[in-house]
Amino acid sequence: MIKLFRFLKPYSLTIAVILLLVFFQSLAELFLPTLMADIVDEGIVLGNIELILRTGGIMLLVALGGVICTILGSYFASRTAMSFGKILRSKVFTHVQAFTLHEFDQIGTASLITRTTNDINQVQMVLLMILRMMVHAPLMFVGGVIMALSRDVQLSKSIVVVIPLIALTITIIMVRAIPLFKAMQLKLDRLNLVLRENLTGIRVIRAFNQIAQEKKRLSEANQDLTETTIRVNKLIAVTMPVLMLSLNFTAIAVVWFGSARIDSGNLQVGDLMAFLQYVMLILFSLVMVTIMLVMIPRASVSAERINQVLDTVPSIKDPAAVKAGKESGRKGYVEFANVTFSYPGAEKPALKNLSFSAGPGEVTALIGSTGSGKSTIFKLLLRFYDPDSGNIAVNGIDIGKLPQKDLRAWIGFVPQNTLLFSGTVTENIRFGKQDATSEEIYHAATLAQAVDFIEELPGRFEAIIDQGGANLSGGQKQRLAIARALVRKPEIYIFDDSFSSLDFKTDARLRSALDQETANATVFIITQRVSTVSSADRIIVLDDGCLSGIGNHQELLDTSAVYREIVYSQLSEEEIV
Amino acid sequence: MSKAADFGRKPALGPGTFGRGPMQAMGMPVEKPKNFKQTIKRLTGYLQPHRYRLMIVFLTAILSTVFGTVSPKIMGLATTSLFDSFMSKKPVDFSYIMQILLTLGSLYLFSSLFSYLQQLIMVDVSQQTVYTMREDINRKLARLPLRYFDSNAHGDLLSRVTNDVDNISSTLQQSITQLVTALVSLIGILVMMLIISPLLTLVSLVVLPLSLLVTKAIATRSQVYFAAQQNKLGDLNGQVEEMYTGHVLVKAFGREGEAVKQFEIINNQLYDASWKAQFISGIIMPLMIFINNLGYVIVCVYGGIMVIRGSITIGDMQAFIQYSKHFTYPIAQTTSIANILQSTVASAERVFELLDESEEKPDSLETKTLPFPRGNIGFEKVSFRYIEDTPLIDDLNLEVKAGQTVAIVGPTGAGKTTLVNLLMRFYDIDSGSITIDGMKINELKRGDLRNIFGMVLQDTWLFNGTIWDNIAYSRPDATKEEICHAAKISNADHFIRTLPEGYDTVLNEEASNISQGQKQLLTIARAILANPAVLILDEATSNVDSRTELLIQKAMGELMKGRTSFVIAHRLSTIRHADLILVMNEGKIIEKGNHAELIARSGFYTELYNSQFNHSNAANQAR
Repeated sequence: MIKLFRFLKPYSLTIAVILLLVFFQSLAELFLPTLMADIVDEGIVLGNIELILRTGGIMLLVALGGVICTILGSYFASRTAMSFGKILRSKVFTHVQAFTLHEFDQIGTASLITRTTNDINQVQMVLLMILRMMVHAPLMFVGGVIMALSRDVQLSKSIVVVIPLIALTITIIMVRAIPLFKAMQLKLDRLNLVLRENLTGIRVIRAFNQIAQEKKRLSEANQDLTETTIRVNKLIAVTMPVLMLSLNFTAIAVVWFGSARIDSGNLQVGDLMAFLQYVMLILFSLVMVTIMLVMIPRASVSAERINQVLDTVPSIKDPAAVKAGKESGRKGYVEFANVTFSYPGAEKPALKNLSFSAGPGEVTALIGSTGSGKSTIFKLLLRFYDPDSGNIAVNGIDIGKLPQKDLRAWIGFVPQNTLLFSGTVTENIRFGKQDATSEEIYHAATLAQAVDFIEELPGRFEAIIDQGGANLSGGQKQRLAIARALVRKPEIYIFDDSFSSLDFKTDARLRSALDQETANATVFIITQRVSTVSSADRIIVLDDGCLSGIGNHQELLDTSAVYREIVYSQLSEEEIV
Repeated sequence: MSKAADFGRKPALGPGTFGRGPMQAMGMPVEKPKNFKQTIKRLTGYLQPHRYRLMIVFLTAILSTVFGTVSPKIMGLATTSLFDSFMSKKPVDFSYIMQILLTLGSLYLFSSLFSYLQQLIMVDVSQQTVYTMREDINRKLARLPLRYFDSNAHGDLLSRVTNDVDNISSTLQQSITQLVTALVSLIGILVMMLIISPLLTLVSLVVLPLSLLVTKAIATRSQVYFAAQQNKLGDLNGQVEEMYTGHVLVKAFGREGEAVKQFEIINNQLYDASWKAQFISGIIMPLMIFINNLGYVIVCVYGGIMVIRGSITIGDMQAFIQYSKHFTYPIAQTTSIANILQSTVASAERVFELLDESEEKPDSLETKTLPFPRGNIGFEKVSFRYIEDTPLIDDLNLEVKAGQTVAIVGPTGAGKTTLVNLLMRFYDIDSGSITIDGMKINELKRGDLRNIFGMVLQDTWLFNGTIWDNIAYSRPDATKEEICHAAKISNADHFIRTLPEGYDTVLNEEASNISQGQKQLLTIARAILANPAVLILDEATSNVDSRTELLIQKAMGELMKGRTSFVIAHRLSTIRHADLILVMNEGKIIEKGNHAELIARSGFYTELYNSQFNHSNAANQAR
């Protein structure tokens, strides 16, 4: 967690002010008993009511000063802690934007989300707690000891002896409790996991008649959690009584030794009373800290998780000396030369020695079984990953030497999972081209055959789309995703199985509209429909990451067994001719 | 699939003891329960078995508090004695002081001992209670009809089991005894103060209404800011979730800068709302301390004057100072516990709501068995509806002979899965009967019935475990050879062996370490391993491409031989050879027959078929 506090640097002055304010607050709290001692020793003993009243007035001022310090301190603490959270969130979010898919796979999207939101909240709240209350204890201790010493050096020894003892007790308990707390968190996670699996898999569980088994699994997780929780809590149950006992016994010791000091005339009764109150104040602040210490292990787990994100270096970076993408006069030329690529951690490469090239005005269809590497080609072309060996060039430039932004600006990508963002229809299409005019947006929507259904939405182009496009059908989402790519007017189009949810008529209309729009562009298509594949200029047949055939429909029917197999799976022989 | 449940949820706090301080509830908006009394009563029911231990808890809590409350007064006796000796210039009466200190010492000792005992017992009571509660939920989940899971968000269910139960756990652990302690010490302190001096009590309590007023005023204000903070936090979480899940698109369209810009705006708004909420709610404590100190000053000044006048002793004044200091604390505590209790009862209410959901009809008492199912299936006058007033399946008659393949086709949302739901008794039919080998399915135990079927769903459910375990899920006693064999038939063996640890590979929580198609292959292997009499394939190959599908289909063809099979498919090429094709639309079976018959009819099926196979086009292209 301390590592994260480097982001507090711009606030070092504010933090110093907070510490000062808290110190004043502690002094004010300690000064009240001191003044009370004056009331007893000078006012009561001498019967001086006027002095009592005057001292009372001073006490009020001190109390007021104390509260002002506390509120000011709380103000600065709130601002500092919350802006620490803000800075951290912003750092993490910005950092994650540079991540490639590799880092997303590594940490996991869901986990990244929790790290950016919940984990940072945890750390931020603990910081607030530290600034507001935890720093109070040591300052109270220092202030208390100073005050005590100023009253009576001899008697102060009783405090100085007890405090390390208490600190030791707390440490011993915490050292034992913290691993238990961590274990408890793990077991809670386990319970949640089993439960979540139970909910999501309910159909399968029942279909395979595994209800009893699942019940047992959940029961075991429950049992396990309960046992650990009981162990932790029983250990923690010792803390409070022990602390209270030490505090009270210290008070007894103070009175006992104080009596002797009073007897020998070295101490006044008011001082003894003040002393007792110092002891209480110091020990109470210790108790508060102990209570809050429990939050630290949880927060430090969060901090660790945040640090992990920040320490992850994106595997793809823009080259230092970038070639400006605009330089080359060519448009829409894509070339893969001997490209081999393995997903991180995989045993086998996903693509092996793949070479092909495509140019403007050509449609290239990719076909092959699941895991044969079709989508991988797109991921490499978009430079979400870098190949292990070989070269990918666009418009004659190695894409490793291009700024990522320039490369992607040439490409219109329609992903397999049509993902839309919450916002209006217009905003979603404009995602493809930020400065698109409403004419351009309308044009793109028309080409994508989306206008008909958009016109029927409440608010039409300004209709609100729910997160993930939940209020649209699969086909509608696909059409918007296509419009989003079309509005870019890119040189290269990538359609990753993007027509699967469209019915035949829409599909046909869309394709004829696309044919005109993309006539001069380079088009890549993954599709399940043989009819689409068969009309492509070039078909790349992939088998297990290797190029198994390349050519047009007729050529491949003659030469590629794999291709024939695929075609036959969809059409009966007489239909293929 | 399980992702959605993760997002935007509070991390479940452990059922920890003092994870939340007394200030936590201050100024935060509190959720109000609907039926406080009823729920409390039921919650008490859970504590019933522990009543004797609870009585000990209350007794020890009371004793511990009483001892703690008496001690300042006794400590005061020592001070008075010292003061008297000092004033009269006599030597200190050490034996008297010793006596007092010994009394005090034993009081303190017992107080701590009792408080320890009380906490120790309460740990067991509270944890065993929530354990029982979770077990109840566990049992309940097994008995809830599928209807419930289909119509309720998983996130909501999860939250009831984790967050709500945790909330109850912490409250039982701390708040109940805290409440007892606070009330006892409140009364005890008041009594002690009145014994010492009613007048001084009155004067020092002048500040009390002030503190209540301040707390209320600020709490109301801070609730507004907390609501704003919560709001902005929701916005921020939404933005993060969307941008992270859409990361590929953000990158592909070069929108990273925009995303950051938008994030910064929300982040700033959140900062603004949250520092205010934290600051305002953080003011309550210092103000309370200040008001407390006002009381302190009053006691010092007025008490001092009273000591001079001889109406109280100095020791009593000292005791009074301590009492007045501790008087406002239980008050603040009680109000915060009241809030905690409210939210706890609301939590309990949600848990009970879940426990009260209507259950599946239990298996009939006299169940029959079907030792060697052959797979003849009959639907007779079956009617069913999901929603009361919208009949879905009406008067359906259907006969499937053992070994036949039945295909169910139709557009998305046509109700294809409904038939399967009924067949496997995930839902009960409203009227009519479904039979297997002539036996009504509701005469069988649900478990026995389902053992007859092997199912592959589009929804590829895998769990956090090895591939061995995941395939063997359908038959936990399967040998490794059998598992490998099933994997080979389903064409999963090859990809499994390319994984870093082969069959021992542990699938992660979201099973994101293998592809969607690979997941599907595993679930197919699972069904193959089960070796069922009837096979149900619910869009089982929709996640795999045509080539893999072909491979699977070959395996399936092998598997389907001699078995009754129900195939739900949206790719019609796969079902052309079915013995019977049911065409569904809007929940109803509108056409029935084999491929040739249906094509000949030129109806809905023909249209559907043509829309998928633009075969004339393909033929033209082939030139």
